[in-house]
Amino acid sequence: MADIHSIISYTISFLAIYAQIFLLVTFFENRKNIIKHGDEILELSSYPTVTITVPFFNEEKTITGTIESLLALDYPRDRLSIFLIDDGSLDNTWSVVQKFASNPQIKLFKKENGGKHTAINLGLSMSTAELFGCLDSDSYVHPQALKRIVNIFNNDPKTMSVAPAIRVNNPGNMLQKAQKVEYDMGIYIKKMIGFLGGINVTPGPFSIFRKKVFDDLGPYVKAHNTEDQEIALRMQEHGYKIDHCPDAYIYTNAPSTVPKLYRQRIRWTYGSLRNIFDYRRLIFKKEYGTIGVFTLPSNLISTFGVIFIGSTVVYNVIKFIYYKFIQIQVASISSPHFHFEWFFVDTRATFILSIIVYILIITSIVLGRSMTEEKHRLSPHILYFIFIYSLIAPFWIAKSVYNAIVSKESSWTLERKATTINNDIKQV
Amino acid sequence: MNKNEPVDWKKYVIVFFITGTLFVSVLWLSSFLNTKKIDELRSVQDKIYVDLMASEVQFSLLQESSCKDVSTTVLSSELNSLADKISYSENNIGNTDSDVISLKKYYSILEIKDYLLMKKITEQCGNRPIFILYFYKNDNCPDCTKQGFVLTSMREQYPNLRVYSFDETLNLPVIKTLTSLYKVKESALPALVINGRAYPGFQDINAIEKILPELKKIEKKSATTVPAAATEKSATDSPASATPAQ
Repeated sequence: MADIHSIISYTISFLAIYAQIFLLVTFFENRKNIIKHGDEILELSSYPTVTITVPFFNEEKTITGTIESLLALDYPRDRLSIFLIDDGSLDNTWSVVQKFASNPQIKLFKKENGGKHTAINLGLSMSTAELFGCLDSDSYVHPQALKRIVNIFNNDPKTMSVAPAIRVNNPGNMLQKAQKVEYDMGIYIKKMIGFLGGINVTPGPFSIFRKKVFDDLGPYVKAHNTEDQEIALRMQEHGYKIDHCPDAYIYTNAPSTVPKLYRQRIRWTYGSLRNIFDYRRLIFKKEYGTIGVFTLPSNLISTFGVIFIGSTVVYNVIKFIYYKFIQIQVASISSPHFHFEWFFVDTRATFILSIIVYILIITSIVLGRSMTEEKHRLSPHILYFIFIYSLIAPFWIAKSVYNAIVSKESSWTLERKATTINNDIKQV
Repeated sequence: MNKNEPVDWKKYVIVFFITGTLFVSVLWLSSFLNTKKIDELRSVQDKIYVDLMASEVQFSLLQESSCKDVSTTVLSSELNSLADKISYSENNIGNTDSDVISLKKYYSILEIKDYLLMKKITEQCGNRPIFILYFYKNDNCPDCTKQGFVLTSMREQYPNLRVYSFDETLNLPVIKTLTSLYKVKESALPALVINGRAYPGFQDINAIEKILPELKKIEKKSATTVPAAATEKSATDSPASATPAQ
C-alpha cells in the first residue's frame, strides 16, 4: 500500500513540476510579447462596433456600478452599445436600471427567467455589432480595458476572442485577499496558455468575441451553468483562436465567506468537469493543439492530484489527533522541548519536491502580479492563499467530482441566480 | 478552415528533460542527506560503544573501592538522544531501510550492554535496580503505541527509571535470548520485564507503580544524581513526527 501511495505522490509531483516549468519556459520565450500599457492611452487604427450585454438577476446593489463602469469606458460612444437584460429579477433591479433608460448608448430588455445563457443569447440576437461581449452584473471594467482588447483584434484578424485579466474588487477580508492572489496567478497562467493557444475558458466578465463566432458556431448553451467554458471549448474544437489581454482589467466581487466560495467553486469545478467530459474527444488529440495535449489533461490531473493530496493530509491529521487522544488517555502529555538539530529536518524526497512545487507556485503568483498594477508582488496575502486553499480546495473539488459522477446539477439559485429552464424570451 | 496552433513537441521534450533533471537531483539530494544522517548515527553509536567499554573497564578497576566514582550518566543521555534519532529515521527514512534496521540492531545491543553494566553496578553498590525491559513490535500493535506513551511519560516523571526497549520484529538473536530467558511470548506483546518477571499485555501507570513501589522512594532520594535513563521512544511509531506526506 505504502508503495502505491509513494508512486502516486511522485507521479503527481512530477506532473505538477512539469506543468509549472512548462509555463515558465513559455514565459521566458514570450516575455517580450507581454505588453503592459500602464498609463499610456492607446490610439486605435479602427474602432469596430461593440455590443456589451449585461444579464442580471436580482443585482440591485451592484448593477449601477457595473453600468457606470461601462459608460466610463474610453471608447467612441457611437461605436459602443450596452444591452441591459433583466432575466426575470424578483427584486428592484428593474426599477434601479430605469435611470439609464434615456441614455442613447443603453437598451433595456426584460424577459422571463431562463438562466444566464438565455439572457446573453437575447442580447446576441439583438446585436448587429462586429464585436460582442458580456459583463456580469457584479463586475466592473477598467476604463482602458475595451481599447486594449480591441487593439488585439485589430492587430490579428485571426483572433476570434479575447479574455480579460480578472481581478478581485476591493478585497476586504482574508478570504477575498486570498482569492485576489489566486486571480492574479490566473492572469499569468491564462496569458501563458494563451501564447500556446490552449485557453479553455472565456470568462463571463468581459470576454469579447467577434460576432462571427456565434454566427458560425451558434449561440450560448446551458452547459452545466458554465456557458463561458463551453463556448471556449467549442471554439477550440473548431480552431477559433482565443487570446488573452493581461492588462484589460476587470474587477469582480469575490465571495466573502467560505460557504459562498465553496458553492461558487463547486459550480465552476463541476461545470468544468462536465464540459471536459462533453468535449473528451479533444483530449490527447494533437490536431486540437495545446487544449487537447496540455490544458484539459492538466485540468483533470490536478483535480485528481488535489483530491489525493487533500485526503492524505486529512488522513494524517486524523491519525495525529487519534494518537494524541490515546496519549491523553493513558499518560500525561509530555512537554515538548524545542532545540534545533539538522538531523530532525525532513529530508524525504517527497517533502523536498513539495517545497519545489510551492516555490514554483509562488513564482507564478509573482509573475502574475507583475502583469497587474500591483506594487507589492510578494505580500503576506500569498500565505493566506496557500493556507486557505490547501485547507478547503480539496473539499470543493472532491464534492464537484462526486456531483459530476452522479450528475447532480449545481444550482445557481444558491448564488442568487435562478436556473429555471424557460426559454420564453420576450422583449419589453 | 480554421486550425489550432500546432503542438510544439520539442518544447514538451525539453521541459521533460528539465523536470527529469530536477527530479533526479532531488532524489539524489534526499538520499545524500539521509546517508549523512545514517553516518552521523553510526558515529554516535561507535562513540557510545567506546564509552560503554570504558565504563565497563572503569567499573572492573574500581570494583574493590568506591561505587560512586563510576560515571554512567553521560552515557544514558546519549542513548536517549540516539533513540530519538533512530525513531525519527524510522519515520523519515523508512523502517524497512536496511541501514535503519542495522542501526536499530546495533542500538539494541548497546542497550543490552548498558543494561548488564548497570545491573552489575547496582548489585555491587547495593541499590535495588529500577529497570524496565520493554518488548514490542512495530506493526499491528495498538497496545504497543499506548505502552510507549506510558513509558515516555513515566521516564519524564521518574528520572531514575531506566527503560530498555526492544523491537521483536528486528529478529535479533540477542533479543530472542532475552525473551526466552524471561519467558516473554511473542503473541503477548507488548510485554514488560521488571525485576526478572514478565508482565504481558498493556500496563498502565498505576499498574507499573504497584509493581515498583520503590520507584517513588528512590525518586525522592536520588532524583538529583541520575538523569534520564534509556528510552522506549523508538517503540512508538511516533505520530507527532509523522508529517503529512506531500
